Amino acid sequence: MTRFASAFGKGRAALVAFITGGDGDTAANLDALVAGGADVIELGMPFTDPMADGPAIQAANLRSLAKRTSTADLFAIAAAFRGRHPDVPLVLMGYANPMTVRGSDWFAAECAKAGVDGIICVDIPFEEDAELGPALRGAGVDLIRLATPTTDAARLPDVLNGAGGFLYYVSVAGITGLQQAAQASIEDAVARLKAATDLPVAVGFGVRTPQQAADIAKVADGVVVGSAFIDIIAQHGDAAAPHVEAFTRSLADAIHGAKEIAA
Amino acid sequence: MTQLPNSLRTQPDERGHFGQFGGRYVAETLMPLILDLEREYRTAQADPAFKAEFDYLLKHYVGRPSPLWFAERLTNDLGGAKIYLKREDLNHTGAHKINNCIGQILLAKRMGKTKIIAETGAGQHGVATATVAALFGLPCTIFMGAVDVARQQPNVFRMKLLGAEVVAVESGAKTLKDAMNEALRHWVANVHDTFYIIGTVAGPHPYPELVRDFQSVIGNEAREQILQAEGRLPDMLIAPVGGGSNAIGLFHPFLDDEGVEIVGVEAAGEGLDKRHAASLAGGRPGILHGNKTYLLQDEDGQITEAHSISAGLDYPGIGPEHSWLHEIGRVRYEPVTDDEALASFQKLTKLEGIIPALESAHAIAAAERIAPTLGKDKVIIVNCSGRGDKDIFTVAEALGVTL
Ligand SMILES: Cc1ncc(COP(=O)(O)O)c(C=O)c1O
Repeated sequence: MTRFASAFGKGRAALVAFITGGDGDTAANLDALVAGGADVIELGMPFTDPMADGPAIQAANLRSLAKRTSTADLFAIAAAFRGRHPDVPLVLMGYANPMTVRGSDWFAAECAKAGVDGIICVDIPFEEDAELGPALRGAGVDLIRLATPTTDAARLPDVLNGAGGFLYYVSVAGITGLQQAAQASIEDAVARLKAATDLPVAVGFGVRTPQQAADIAKVADGVVVGSAFIDIIAQHGDAAAPHVEAFTRSLADAIHGAKEIAA
Repeated sequence: MTQLPNSLRTQPDERGHFGQFGGRYVAETLMPLILDLEREYRTAQADPAFKAEFDYLLKHYVGRPSPLWFAERLTNDLGGAKIYLKREDLNHTGAHKINNCIGQILLAKRMGKTKIIAETGAGQHGVATATVAALFGLPCTIFMGAVDVARQQPNVFRMKLLGAEVVAVESGAKTLKDAMNEALRHWVANVHDTFYIIGTVAGPHPYPELVRDFQSVIGNEAREQILQAEGRLPDMLIAPVGGGSNAIGLFHPFLDDEGVEIVGVEAAGEGLDKRHAASLAGGRPGILHGNKTYLLQDEDGQITEAHSISAGLDYPGIGPEHSWLHEIGRVRYEPVTDDEALASFQKLTKLEGIIPALESAHAIAAAERIAPTLGKDKVIIVNCSGRGDKDIFTVAEALGVTL
């Protein structure tokens, strides 16, 4: 069984936690996420021009780059994480240019070597799949695709074609960290997506509180939280880990218990 | 116009690629919208009423055709090829930018979009966009880096007078590329009612194609005008390249004319070994703002800051069609430094009584370098893409003059 399959196969919704690599004490924060109960980790690759991100994650990218975090540093963080946590799925999330600058084969091979399970690339839609998809699939790394409120029924099969790991439903047409979607629209979308794929469906963008997370967890296979972690790291700097762990636990408890309460 | 089977004028392909460049590297949220835009553009292209309205506005509102001026005193001074200036500086709002804005706002209207957004660096495209938004009565928001807002106050005020809201972008380096990031972020959240008027031949397909088509009025006119004046095609075209819209507008109608040499001028800033904005000379292919093209970047693919004295050339990328024309060798790209552009700015002003935009002064500088090496029977067309009134503060400062 893949790490994704086991993380999403526990009979309850999964907490998918995002932090930006190189922002704060990343290794300690990753351990705190796992200790607090996160089921899947998304590690953001910093980029100078994070076009799909709101102010919180933009600032995290800049903080990381100001410390000269390199792609090699990111892979070192990933490989070390894999050594400490053999079973927790790890996703690298970021933008096309840093992922393809040395060629997609190089990137896919580095991912495989570091024990990265999947990739989310914000600015490569299926129309440009050739840029990265074949190399990742060839290296056995899942390409996790994004579906959005603007992804209609005509596009969805193509979005799913070549997708792996899980399907990430971006619940608002917008950028990370700001708006939150109405629960009813999320429920409709998840039902529509689950009818079209066997992949687990995780919902993200704008989820900040255990209550919101629990509501989504009643219908989705996973809940993605990012900016709320980034805010904690921004506030506490290198000493953020205990705060990250406590917040993770509050989210994980809410998410993991949501389906039982619903039932 | 008929096109040869091996024409260079049939790009991009149906997926928006110019060779390996271009494409649609955008978030999934935007994809359906840019597909809509492409469909709408195809129907507009086939609609004579669209072309008629575009032509009417260019003639009666913009003031086209812009003259092709024989710069006799500059020619005599240089002692070589005859230099003609395509006078885009005489357009309404003072640059070529308005040609594209007219085309795009007509598309916005066709698509039923009720709000306009745009990015701007120096404020030229922002002013042109605010102008057409005023003309069509649509609310308009211009994203401009906070650093640029501070150094381009007259244009900020112009945009506000025209009724636009100017958003000072505080993210990243607070200049043009960050303004474009912020415009894209706003667009993602407002796709249902908002049209994004991109200011150059960049962004995801179909923008590089449609901006080029709207700007091709420059080259189409120049072709007719030079045939009238000289009875033949020119030997060379020269234009400045920021994103590359004025340049491709002049070049595209001539791409299949083998006898016409084509030169694009990149901003070499303080020199190619120092801070500059020459993406082809100093960059590598990469992906930014929706397309694959040459970019200034480090080995990890982080985008590096561009520098040019000319705010309109101060961008770390270049339109994808230029990257392709560079790689196939059809267009030669030459660097011109801040100092060379400053000298040409003054020279053209004194010799011809034409104050060029600093962007355009880069092309004049290249012409000064090249014309003396060619015979007096040769003919060069230089794109005077804009007027320099906007630049007098920058030039005064560079010359150590306090206004
Ligand atoms: C007068 C003028 N020329 C040239 C440019 C550069 O843009 P492009 O390369 O798209 O023509 C600008 C941009 O602001 C401009 O104002």
